[in-house]
Amino acid sequence: MAIQAIEKYGPVEVVDPDDVADDAFVVSVAGMGAPVVMIEKLPSGKEAGEALLSLERYFGRRADYIISIEAGGMNSTIPIATAARFKRPLIDGDGMGRAFPELQMVTFHLVGVKATPMSMADEKGNSVILDTVDNFWAERIARAITVKFGGVAWIAIYPMSGKQFKAGAVRHSLSKEISIGQALREAKARGANPLDALLDATGGFLLFKGKIVDVLRRATGGFARGEARLEGLEEFKGSELIIRFQNENLVAIRDGTVIASVPDLITVVEKDSAKPITTERLKYGLRVAVIGIPCDPKWRTPKALKVVGPKYFGYGIDYVPIEEAVKRMGA
Amino acid sequence: MTRVRVGIDVGSTHTDSVAVDEKGNVLAAVKARTTPDVTTGIIKSLKKLLDTKAFAVDEVAAVMFGTTHVLNAIIQRRGLGKVGVIRIGAPATTAIDPMLDWPADLREAVGNLKVIVRGGHEYTGEEIAPLDEDGVKRAVKAFAKAGVDAVAITGVFSIVNPDHELRAREVVAEELPNVPIVLSHEIGSMGLLERENASILNAATIGVMKRTIESLRRSLASLGIEGVPMYFAQNDGTTAKSEFIEKYPVFTVVAPISNSIRGAYVLTGIPDAIVVDTGGTTSNVGVLTKGYPREALEVEIGGVRTNIRSPDVVAVGVAGGSIVSVGPDGSVKVGPVSVGYELIEKGIAWGGDVLTATDVALAKGMMKIEDPRCDPEKPAKLVPKEVIDAAYDYMVRAIEEAIDKVKTSAEPATVILVGGGSLMWPRKLKGAKEVIRPEYAQSANALGAATALVGSVVEKAFSYDHVTREEAIRITSDEAKQKAVEAGADPASIEVAEVEEIALPYLPGNAVKVRVKAIGKLKL
Repeated sequence: MAIQAIEKYGPVEVVDPDDVADDAFVVSVAGMGAPVVMIEKLPSGKEAGEALLSLERYFGRRADYIISIEAGGMNSTIPIATAARFKRPLIDGDGMGRAFPELQMVTFHLVGVKATPMSMADEKGNSVILDTVDNFWAERIARAITVKFGGVAWIAIYPMSGKQFKAGAVRHSLSKEISIGQALREAKARGANPLDALLDATGGFLLFKGKIVDVLRRATGGFARGEARLEGLEEFKGSELIIRFQNENLVAIRDGTVIASVPDLITVVEKDSAKPITTERLKYGLRVAVIGIPCDPKWRTPKALKVVGPKYFGYGIDYVPIEEAVKRMGA
Repeated sequence: MTRVRVGIDVGSTHTDSVAVDEKGNVLAAVKARTTPDVTTGIIKSLKKLLDTKAFAVDEVAAVMFGTTHVLNAIIQRRGLGKVGVIRIGAPATTAIDPMLDWPADLREAVGNLKVIVRGGHEYTGEEIAPLDEDGVKRAVKAFAKAGVDAVAITGVFSIVNPDHELRAREVVAEELPNVPIVLSHEIGSMGLLERENASILNAATIGVMKRTIESLRRSLASLGIEGVPMYFAQNDGTTAKSEFIEKYPVFTVVAPISNSIRGAYVLTGIPDAIVVDTGGTTSNVGVLTKGYPREALEVEIGGVRTNIRSPDVVAVGVAGGSIVSVGPDGSVKVGPVSVGYELIEKGIAWGGDVLTATDVALAKGMMKIEDPRCDPEKPAKLVPKEVIDAAYDYMVRAIEEAIDKVKTSAEPATVILVGGGSLMWPRKLKGAKEVIRPEYAQSANALGAATALVGSVVEKAFSYDHVTREEAIRITSDEAKQKAVEAGADPASIEVAEVEEIALPYLPGNAVKVRVKAIGKLKL
């Protein structure tokens, strides 16, 4: 969709956070809802733009900049498509530096930015403005409206000033995404090992190489919770890794010891090609490498861990930064 | 009089035929070369089978095909019909046009005629928008002008609520009464684009299937087999009669792969195992679960992603005719290039000059070949031992890796070897608790076709908040049973073989996908 939009409307200007004026008006656009609906009820492609226009009408002000709320999946490309369509610049930064499932799991929330007033739109032309007492209520009410919209909603959210953006954002995530893509393409062109290139470009740790031998899934409380068990290959032969996931990979346990946990990133890729494998696609027999990438330091404060730490997701463990966990394991 | 079933399966190298009696005893099994037009090879194989005189022509009660006519037509973009594509999806879905990511030549081959009209449903079954019947009418007028051979209709969430697809069919039929109309909810699963793709391919190959059935019927008649029902193997290891498959040709595209897996079950009676089917060019490694091939969620056909049910296999380019190559550094590789059916001209054991996987297995003393033209000693005499050893290691490792890839757990599994090239493999393989090569292993595919039961799968989505679980399973089972009758099953014998419920995450209201497989005996 982003490629189609850029082909149709022309390239998107990307600016550095430092070049954004304090009084600029910044808005993020995104999609929320059930992936299974998104593969069946495809979007018209106009919904996110309608959400943006609706919020702009409410404020009586045009957004100076568009941003991504998260750095991953569909929500990293929708802002690009929207920025192209409305010829607005995009800021190089986002509100997660990774992906998370709920609206308040955003670094802007940590510095007191409100998610609302926010707008929601669907493909039928409905739109809604929400103004809530806090960001948890925004999540709850928006989730309910998403259901009424038919399982998917398109939103314009976290309206803020340039100053707030600079205080709260995970910076340069867009350029990081681009450099990771570039590193992988170059490694492929050179015939080099794409996994090494990926580790280099992300500053990540190789947690495991193995074969998936078991995947358990169950849907509870609207989220698909699950667990994948991996049996070691190559230098990890004889070891076992368990990944607990709920849409995102949240905890990795190697031979009984937690080696990585949310909010640090746990990424599963094909062992040889380094192509990413999302949680829905985890299945028996895949040969994978598991990579741990340190999250943005903003997520490591006690306040942040209350919002996105392993305990919030229902795992009774304390967060240990991945650098330390890996050191303890002696890997 | 014995009632004989004849099974014919088309592989990339050979076309196999078998005859079985009512008890499933093999009366005769033969092989002929597969021909580019497929049909000639089938007839040759069948003629050879009749020449065995193991049974009389008038004893033939059914002829069961496992064929690649439809797959070949799609891959070669040959003989495909022009399809009018209707998607019922606006105002949603317009971001991605039908056939957008298809290979351009295939899109052109099916006419690239498409329209998106208003309508479709939410996951709850409620309308997104009312069906735009005038839009359908306009589309059909344009299709009529362009001269379409079939129409494919895909509605958003039609597996939850097929009403708009059904109504659109009525509208299309008024304008184009003699044109086949394909509805996506009868073809594929959740996932609009994949289901739409499968439906378009189905529509495009209805003509191919019709012509195939006609020409096979004439050929059978020329051999004295007349007035006998013809069945065609389906992708899931079941079969359906010609009148049914004429409407659903896409259900046959990967059937030969399933026939071999199913045949391994018929030959051994082992319902859960890993099956290695080695032909001339490729070894397919798949899994038997409860006597049927384990299914994959997606399958790519001719460069197009679809979600029709199909066997979940890992294909390895190491088989009977695979060519051994030695690199400048002395490293040895086997396949994926193969001499195919030219093995008996080019293979070293047959006096040729190409070192093949079969030559390697002969030199290792793994197999015997009863063919007067073949000198099994020759490869060992002519080829250095270290090349033979390295090549055989390579072959075995490739198969062991594929076995490991399809496994669901680290537990050692039973491995069943079938196919014309299955003699090559050792009786011990890594990851296998036992390795079995049954009698008639080389004809497992044709046997799988000959002994298949009639089957039908129906998949629907429900909200258990609106429909009780029992009701949902009953509705789906009734439809599956009805379909099985249409496919040629004896109504008295139909059983529900499998009920699967998959909760749809992130959706409230207990949204569940229910899938029922009904199976019955042939009505002969």
